[in-house]
Amino acid sequence: MTTNPIIDHLAGDFYTQNFAKTAGEGNLILNLGPQHPSTHGVLRVVVELDGEYIMRAEPVLGYLHRMHEKMAEVKTAAQFIPNMGRVDYGHALGWNWAFVGAAEKVGGIEVPERAEYIRVITCELNRIASHLLWWGAYLLDLGAFTPIMYAFDDREKILDILQIPTGSRLTYSYFRIGGVAQDLNAECIRLIQEFIPWFRARLPMYKDLVSDNIILRKRIENIGVIEQETCRRFGATGPVARGSGINYDVRRAVPYSVYPKLDFEVPTSDLKCARGRYDVRMIEMEQSLRIIEQALEMMPEGEILIKGAPKPSWKVPKGEGYFAVEGARGKIGAYVVSDGGKNIYRTKLRAPGFCNLSLFAEVSKGTILADAVAILGSLDLIIPEIDR
Amino acid sequence: MSAIPAELLHIIIGLVAVAASVGLIGLVMVWVERKVAGHIQRRPGPYEVGPSGVLQPLCDALKLVGKQLFMPTGADPILFWLAPVLAFLPVLLLFLPLPVGDGLMALDVNLGLLLILAFSGLAVLSVLLAGWASNNKYGLLGAARAVAQSVAYEIPLLLSVLAVSFVAGSLDLAQVVKGQGTWPWNWNIMTQPLAFIIYFVSALGETNRAPFDLPEAESELTAGFHTEYSGMGFGMFFLAEYANMVVVCSVATALFLGGWHGPVLPGPLWFVLKVSALMLLMVFARWTYPRVRFDQLLVINWKWLLPLAVANLLLTAFFVKLAQFA
Repeated sequence: MTTNPIIDHLAGDFYTQNFAKTAGEGNLILNLGPQHPSTHGVLRVVVELDGEYIMRAEPVLGYLHRMHEKMAEVKTAAQFIPNMGRVDYGHALGWNWAFVGAAEKVGGIEVPERAEYIRVITCELNRIASHLLWWGAYLLDLGAFTPIMYAFDDREKILDILQIPTGSRLTYSYFRIGGVAQDLNAECIRLIQEFIPWFRARLPMYKDLVSDNIILRKRIENIGVIEQETCRRFGATGPVARGSGINYDVRRAVPYSVYPKLDFEVPTSDLKCARGRYDVRMIEMEQSLRIIEQALEMMPEGEILIKGAPKPSWKVPKGEGYFAVEGARGKIGAYVVSDGGKNIYRTKLRAPGFCNLSLFAEVSKGTILADAVAILGSLDLIIPEIDR
Repeated sequence: MSAIPAELLHIIIGLVAVAASVGLIGLVMVWVERKVAGHIQRRPGPYEVGPSGVLQPLCDALKLVGKQLFMPTGADPILFWLAPVLAFLPVLLLFLPLPVGDGLMALDVNLGLLLILAFSGLAVLSVLLAGWASNNKYGLLGAARAVAQSVAYEIPLLLSVLAVSFVAGSLDLAQVVKGQGTWPWNWNIMTQPLAFIIYFVSALGETNRAPFDLPEAESELTAGFHTEYSGMGFGMFFLAEYANMVVVCSVATALFLGGWHGPVLPGPLWFVLKVSALMLLMVFARWTYPRVRFDQLLVINWKWLLPLAVANLLLTAFFVKLAQFA
């Protein structure tokens, strides 16, 4: 703690002071956030700096806590679906799916096959959009201003496509218990078919212009090495775990929906560093394109919502169930416990970002400040999802 | 009237012209940078105010002037306001010995190059003061980075410049330009290509331009040393950055690219064209590359630029001596 009267007002709140108690002599306590350009929203990290070296780092959460789990207790299952789109604005459909899937599991509801394919297609499109958002923002963190404009150019096309069936551009609440809200119309399918070759042609350009750039490579190679053991200890999933060489993808490990019928690869990287996570996400975008392509071909005609689909007043039958999907950031889980009443008794949401962020304190130790930003970015954090 | 010495009159006119052109160049460069950035990023850039948005920087400047000048609690009031002034004033001096055309310079001194190098060193001081006096941790980190960076990059810059003035046998920029010819193969860049590369890279580091914009690295230090500055306090730093860019590009033009020499077109136009080309190169670099890391920045300097510059200087000196004997 500082004793200089001139900078005493900077000594900070409870977290900072508590953190500063164990700080080394002459070290600087710096609050990165909650308003800081590289923390994407309202993440706050208290760091202890010795020069530019990070001695200790501690994420402080809760600036965007919106009580989603409590809200689940005071709403019926169908009324809660819109909340899920707001948990993670990056990959809203993944969250839609996790909750809807859990409710269906408890309710014993079978989803029509066409609806399953539509879910896969929209969810994978949303995954690409989420990865593009990460890609642009990450390079912005590393000081490259231009890629985000190209990323948003591509993302715009996806948002235009998803706008047609879902009716919204970011916080989708498109899935229903027992299917989806609207069918993909001919216009939408045409746009998707146009998008796939177009985006496939863009990916090599990104590789040449950005991924292979020497400055970028020097910035992210061997930075933020996460061992497999650490990943497991913190429960990290998604590209963070796969970037460390753990071949775990919920779509393959706990197959759900029609994913077993689709042919795609789960990319992993043995680099374990920020570069590994970067590569995994770039390849995942290609694989998502493959999935969409196949799903479009295999999609049968038929119902998109079961007959007598649950109305807003539908009571989830007594019981409990857990459903997990592979989100853009990792394993998204929803655990639903119902006592057969009007509202669900308790809903627990598993956010992948929360586990991935927990790694940061350990990984950032001993790195320099610029690397900390590179590590933080490579974890692909969406703060509303972490705080829920 | 005869009481006013002609020399003084000359300097005053030169200073006024320089001050006016610095402001103008600043405005034009802001527009060019935003427009180029826009087109690189597949968007139109400013286009609302005036034709193609040319009046946009003027509006920005008006907005900056109108902003409240804010000082954080605990800041050192004198040093805090001294820093932006100190950043901007030496830049005006830097323009004085720049030879825009044959005999067209504000101050004809035979140590022009030395003057520029000496006064550009003051920029570090202002950045350090700004970071230190604003009583902000980001500011302090930015200032510390800026000092380490500027001090480091000044050395190869100096050495590469020295190599050229060895060949020309003069520290007067006009003399160096006169030693070069009309066509590109008569320029110093042909005899000193290594010095030019070292100079240009060091100049990027010296002016804190991307990919070496570490002192104001947004994603790490919010805005580095000028985090706490608002209104014209920030405007001064901003203007100084662009003015510094013009100076380093002008010096590069005079030293390596033949200054005002060029076929057909009048000399000053050639000079402006060459400076603009170099400035555009800087703008392109900024909007294309990610930022290097701080330790990498210093590694580039101490392990590559400095030894190369020393070797280049020694070789040049050796050949100059050899030419004298021959």
